[in-house]
Amino acid sequence: MTRRGLRLDPIGCDGHGICADLLPERITLDDWGYPIVDPSPLSDDLIGHAERAVTNCPALALRLEKVLDAAAR
Amino acid sequence: MNRTLTAERTETLVGPVSAVGPAGVARLLDGPPDLSSHVARLGRLPDRGAQLIDLAQAAGLTGRGGAGFPTARKLSAVAAGAGPRVVVANGTEGEPLSAKDKTLLVRSPHLVLDGIDAAARAVRANRRILCIERGNPAVHEAVRIALAERNDRRLEVVLAPRRYISGQEAALVDLLNGGPGRPTLDRPFETGVSRRPTLVDNVETLAHLALVARFGPDWYRSVGTPADPGTTLLTLGGAVKTPGIYEVPHGISLRAVLAHAGVGPTRAVLVGGYFGRWLPARIAESLTISRQSLGAHDAGLGCGVIAVIDDDCCAVAELARVAEWYAQSSAGQCGACTWGLRDLAAATGAIHQGSPDPRAPADVRRWTAMVRGRGACRLPDGAAAFLESGIDVFAEEIAQHQAGLCTRPDRHLLPTPTPQPWP
Amino acid sequence: MSGLLSTSADWYLMRATGFIALILLTTTVGLGIANLARVAKGPWTRTVAALVHRNVSLLAVVFTVVHILTAISDKYVKVPALSLLVPGLSGYDPFWIGLGAVSIDLLIAVMVTSLLRSHLRKRTWQLVHWLAYLCWPTALAHSIGSGSGTGVDTGKGWSTVIYIVVGSAFAAAVTVRLTRRGRDAVTPLPASARRPAGYAPSATAPTETRPLAAAGTTRPRRNT
Repeated sequence: MTRRGLRLDPIGCDGHGICADLLPERITLDDWGYPIVDPSPLSDDLIGHAERAVTNCPALALRLEKVLDAAAR
Repeated sequence: MNRTLTAERTETLVGPVSAVGPAGVARLLDGPPDLSSHVARLGRLPDRGAQLIDLAQAAGLTGRGGAGFPTARKLSAVAAGAGPRVVVANGTEGEPLSAKDKTLLVRSPHLVLDGIDAAARAVRANRRILCIERGNPAVHEAVRIALAERNDRRLEVVLAPRRYISGQEAALVDLLNGGPGRPTLDRPFETGVSRRPTLVDNVETLAHLALVARFGPDWYRSVGTPADPGTTLLTLGGAVKTPGIYEVPHGISLRAVLAHAGVGPTRAVLVGGYFGRWLPARIAESLTISRQSLGAHDAGLGCGVIAVIDDDCCAVAELARVAEWYAQSSAGQCGACTWGLRDLAAATGAIHQGSPDPRAPADVRRWTAMVRGRGACRLPDGAAAFLESGIDVFAEEIAQHQAGLCTRPDRHLLPTPTPQPWP
Repeated sequence: MSGLLSTSADWYLMRATGFIALILLTTTVGLGIANLARVAKGPWTRTVAALVHRNVSLLAVVFTVVHILTAISDKYVKVPALSLLVPGLSGYDPFWIGLGAVSIDLLIAVMVTSLLRSHLRKRTWQLVHWLAYLCWPTALAHSIGSGSGTGVDTGKGWSTVIYIVVGSAFAAAVTVRLTRRGRDAVTPLPASARRPAGYAPSATAPTETRPLAAAGTTRPRRNT
């Protein structure tokens, strides 16, 4: 099954930190306010929150990409 | 002890003899640099075309720029790209401890140029570029003379600004595209110079490729190990009697290499330069120049730099100075790198200045883990490995500094050239 | 043409919603730049600020839409529907209404690209979003210009006050934006914010330390 996971563009990222507010299950902030993004596949209940995080990033630095589920590898 | 790093002196370590091509291990740096001697020693470069990719695959040639990526795979990826392709030979050698590429270009320019030509034919490129770092007139002159000898007016020589990350693949492509030379997220084999598929290879890799084109994969594999075939160039520096460039077969023990270079009692060895890590002497001496042996200690050969530090040198000063240099070397694009390396420099600097604060080494451990893998390039990873291994290997000396003591002189062993400012 | 309401109500509604839209548009620009300048410092306040900017902008669009609809349905001025999107087609006051049409077009472009922003490249979205700097002055000119003349609002005390306030706010916001020098002005939460500033200094200087040779401490510059 193909799931999607979050990918961060570290160059575009400006450290606003809004993504960490919107998806704390997958994104935490480092000591400088920049996001550490867990790229593992997102479960269905988190996809909506992840899409909000992508849309609300002021720098458009987050993307959702297809990743192969662990079972499918 | 002679601590200065020189590019002039070269040595070769003798290995097994092979049937065809240069005997033993003296492959890359043997012989005078002029064209007629080059042809007399090695013969003319045959045109293998795309077949070269299969030869490189069979030979198991990997990149010598630091990443160790399989060369055949890179060639295939570029050859599969759409549109006219570009070959870029990376001779920038931004790693301050490394001098092998400059040496290769001065002593065997035709081998490198052959490699560029062979690669260009293999991927059907119509543009060839050689990049060298600004401020190396000897290298520039050697290349200029060699190109004149070959009547080659189309190969472009481009000077790159002196920065550690100038030679990063995407940064180099950015520079060639008219940018300041900052790493991007583009992958050169797809979107490179003028957005065309671009092969970026280290000049040593291309030199090996030129030999494989002539003598084939079996010859290439006649020295080294099955997992790590062939020879590689090392730059030996620090507290060694005869620093310089050494061509060695893969699999040789690090102890043999150090013995040849002449070392006294060693405290620690930096393997992989500023992209590598510190290993205590007793571990270093048990290793071989091979991915498996080094990998067992999380180390890698990188671009082949091996620097020795002895007991007569303040390692904490070295760590602090290089930490500051990492921070200056950042492109300033990625938050974790820009600020993380700045704070790592502050923490190591505080330790060096004798702060008793236990948070300083704790912060170094915390932040090295925090910046790893968070950048668009691997600069933060290099800084992390160097500093994290440094505070482990030199833990005792750090404790001394934090107690207000330092019993060793600051020798400025590790070079930290100021990077060219960004435009 | 029958309007939504009686003629005079349309007329007043059109002008009122126009002014409110202008005020909301000004607020939107101010909020957008405040976000850029990181006025909101804490984690959740930044998120709220970003969402408020977006919601106020949508509110501005709503009021603009009502403003347009009442302009179409108003019997006193003959404004064909298409002229509200295409400049120059209005019989009444073609230039000033035309400016309003330009302003709406720009606003639509900004809104559509923002709604679709996760599907766009950052550069594309950014360039269109910068049209907001053109949209606002156009809207202001439209307001002042179409409000001139007998029986309308320009020149009256209250409208002058509004124009001065929104004008100053916009000018201040743009000044902040221009003086911000891109991402250089962004200072992250310093690591020392999570602990007391700096590290404890040495009680005694180490026996043989000297200042690090040839290594000045520079603050790394972020690119713009």
